[in-house]
Amino acid sequence: MRPSTEPQPRTSGVALPPDPIIRFENVSKNWGTNHVLKSLNFDVAPGEKVSIIGPSGSGKTTILRILMTLETPSEGKVTVDGDTLWDVSLGQKVRETRQLRETRKKIGMVFQQFNLFPHMTAMENIIEAPIHVLGMNKAEARERAAELLNLVGLGKHMNHTPPQMSGGQQQRVAIARALAMRPKVLLFDEPTSALDPELIGEVLNVIRNLAHTTDMTMLMVTHEMRFAEEISDRVVMFDNGAAVESGPPAQIFKDPQQERTRSFLRAVLQH
Amino acid sequence: MNAVIEYAPLLWQGLLTTLTVTVLGGALCLVVAFAAGLARLSRHRILRWPAGVFIEVFRGTSLLVQMFWLFFALPFFGIQLHPLTAAVLALGLNEGAYAAEVVRGAIASRAKGQTEACIALGMEPALRLRRIIIPQSIPAMLPPFGNVMVDLLKNTSLVSLVTVADLTFSAQMIRSTTGQTTAIFTTILVMYFVLSYLLTLLTAWLEKRFALDRKALTLQRKENILMKVGAA
Amino acid sequence: MIWDNAFAISILPILLQGLWTTVHITVVGTLLAAGLGLVFAVLRRLAIPVLSKVIAFLVVFVRGTPLLVQAYVAFFVLPSYGISFDALTTGIVVIGVNYSAYMAEVYRSGIQGVSKGQWEAATALSLPGTRTWGRIVLPQAIRTVVPMLGNYLIQMFKDSAVLSAITVVELMATAQAIGSSNFRYLEPLTLAALLFLAVSYPASRLVNRLERRYAPQH
Ligand SMILES: Nc1ncnc2c1ncn2[C@@H]1O[C@H](COP(=O)(O)OP(=O)(O)O)[C@@H](O)[C@H]1O
Ligand SMILES: [Mg+2]
Repeated sequence: MRPSTEPQPRTSGVALPPDPIIRFENVSKNWGTNHVLKSLNFDVAPGEKVSIIGPSGSGKTTILRILMTLETPSEGKVTVDGDTLWDVSLGQKVRETRQLRETRKKIGMVFQQFNLFPHMTAMENIIEAPIHVLGMNKAEARERAAELLNLVGLGKHMNHTPPQMSGGQQQRVAIARALAMRPKVLLFDEPTSALDPELIGEVLNVIRNLAHTTDMTMLMVTHEMRFAEEISDRVVMFDNGAAVESGPPAQIFKDPQQERTRSFLRAVLQH
Repeated sequence: MNAVIEYAPLLWQGLLTTLTVTVLGGALCLVVAFAAGLARLSRHRILRWPAGVFIEVFRGTSLLVQMFWLFFALPFFGIQLHPLTAAVLALGLNEGAYAAEVVRGAIASRAKGQTEACIALGMEPALRLRRIIIPQSIPAMLPPFGNVMVDLLKNTSLVSLVTVADLTFSAQMIRSTTGQTTAIFTTILVMYFVLSYLLTLLTAWLEKRFALDRKALTLQRKENILMKVGAA
Repeated sequence: MIWDNAFAISILPILLQGLWTTVHITVVGTLLAAGLGLVFAVLRRLAIPVLSKVIAFLVVFVRGTPLLVQAYVAFFVLPSYGISFDALTTGIVVIGVNYSAYMAEVYRSGIQGVSKGQWEAATALSLPGTRTWGRIVLPQAIRTVVPMLGNYLIQMFKDSAVLSAITVVELMATAQAIGSSNFRYLEPLTLAALLFLAVSYPASRLVNRLERRYAPQH
């Protein structure tokens, strides 16, 4: 735990903002000569709901995957809830440490392609990690899983397997599965992009509920601009591996300062 | 046909030996398949490399050469194996090398998303394999495993060449004593065929049993019954 | 020293001769299997009453029984019905017939893979049956079979050792004969294993490469 008396480096005086729960410091990611993230600095406050928007290929997914430890940064430091997740200098070979494994338990992720375990029922998908990773007993895990399934509106589907469910139902189970680990930070990577249009609403409703009723930190990559505007505390516009603009949704959507943001929004909101 | 009836006890003994060799060889084959197949996928070179050499050597040479080597050449190192041991070892290692590639292939072709979901849930590599990746790969492994087992069964006939008294060995003995070549070989051909067929049926049954959504169907059926009972 | 190098070198030429016979069996056997397999697959597909069923059963039967026992049947049983060749020819025929059962299945799935539209187009053009088979269906079916042919070739190369049991003097039988007459099995058997490996390992790498290059595009 970081002591609260530690000096706050980036504040100039009056109201002290809380310590960020997520902090990217000079994080870069290269694939060969493709510089996907360029010395990124980026903070998220505890409980904050942040939407990341931007054109395809701009590095949005990469940020989430670095947080989830599915990718290794080429350089830079990432801290989560006061713990160092990554601290990499250029060219250094990175190993998975115990610290990293512990820290990533604070983070959950909802994938674009759901990634449910197809050989397990909805219930089994949800209780798997609480039992085998957190050591929860089975009865407790099941009880909690049933609550979560009710929360996402699938109380009647606990014995269905993924192949028997629609995409929208699968994604809702995937959200319940991530919640069962009680993460402090929940990441969403375009959670509705793989869904048929008529199924998007049911998933967005679940996420909206979470945003309004929990103090979990949420970081979401999305192309649903109206939805991002509605639920976010802050919207970050990404382009070319850098955050070009960040601010409250009203400002980003109604009065964007950067030409890149304006042209991007014009393009996506047009049709 | 007289010879077949007269020597039925000998054939019966041979059949039992064939079944024993098949079961022991099959068990060894499965152990070898998972050990070598998983080692082949390991992040550590000290596991990956020996497994690769083992697989290539045992797939690259004849089973018969391997069996003879274990039986006739190993004594030069002071190790004299019982014929049955040499036979089971050769069969298990040889077919295991083929089955290891089945294991490797089935696991490697698992969608990357599954591993990523496990990482996102904080599951360690061993737990991932045991609970998620291997169980999911079983349905894909079963049909090729079935083929390997049928192969193994047929290849047990080679153990007769290192003096194990299996079905083929018994048939050869009866042939040389009675000369009723046609009857005796027809009989054991049919016996082998029936055994292969039974193995195929077993594989098909297992495939159905392990099909991905079968479990859910049973659970649902139970649920429906409960609901009906509740409604009544 | 367990390993006798001088002995090993002295027996290498004979072993190489054995290897040559093994290669000979493999090449001729594969050609036989490829041809017979094609005939079986087409006859099955033509759905000729009785014949197609009989062939289907024979294919399953051959696949369900050991090559060694099949070799014994050809070697011990057929001569009593007046059918008899030298051991080498018998061996080649046995292994060729055995593999034709596997090849037939490969052709069959290749033929099944040719879309219904191809058949319908041939009908729409009023092509005669032989032309449809010869110019439309088989050329497409065989393309998918070619890579498998390589795999079966390598498999047959190793399997042909079984023919040593019916006195075919290939690599395995040569090694065994050297072993029993010198009471030294280590060198001949080890060399035999290495020779098998030296041929089949590069061959299977090559086939893998070809397979990837000619993988069917979907
Ligand atoms: N595994 C990878 N190997 C090489 N390049 C990759 C890989 N993953 C992503 N990239 C590249 O990184 C860039 C950013 O990708 P991504 O973060 O997925 O963008 P976004 O989610 O904003 O569409 C793209 O140019 C993509 O081609
Ligand atoms: Mg993306």
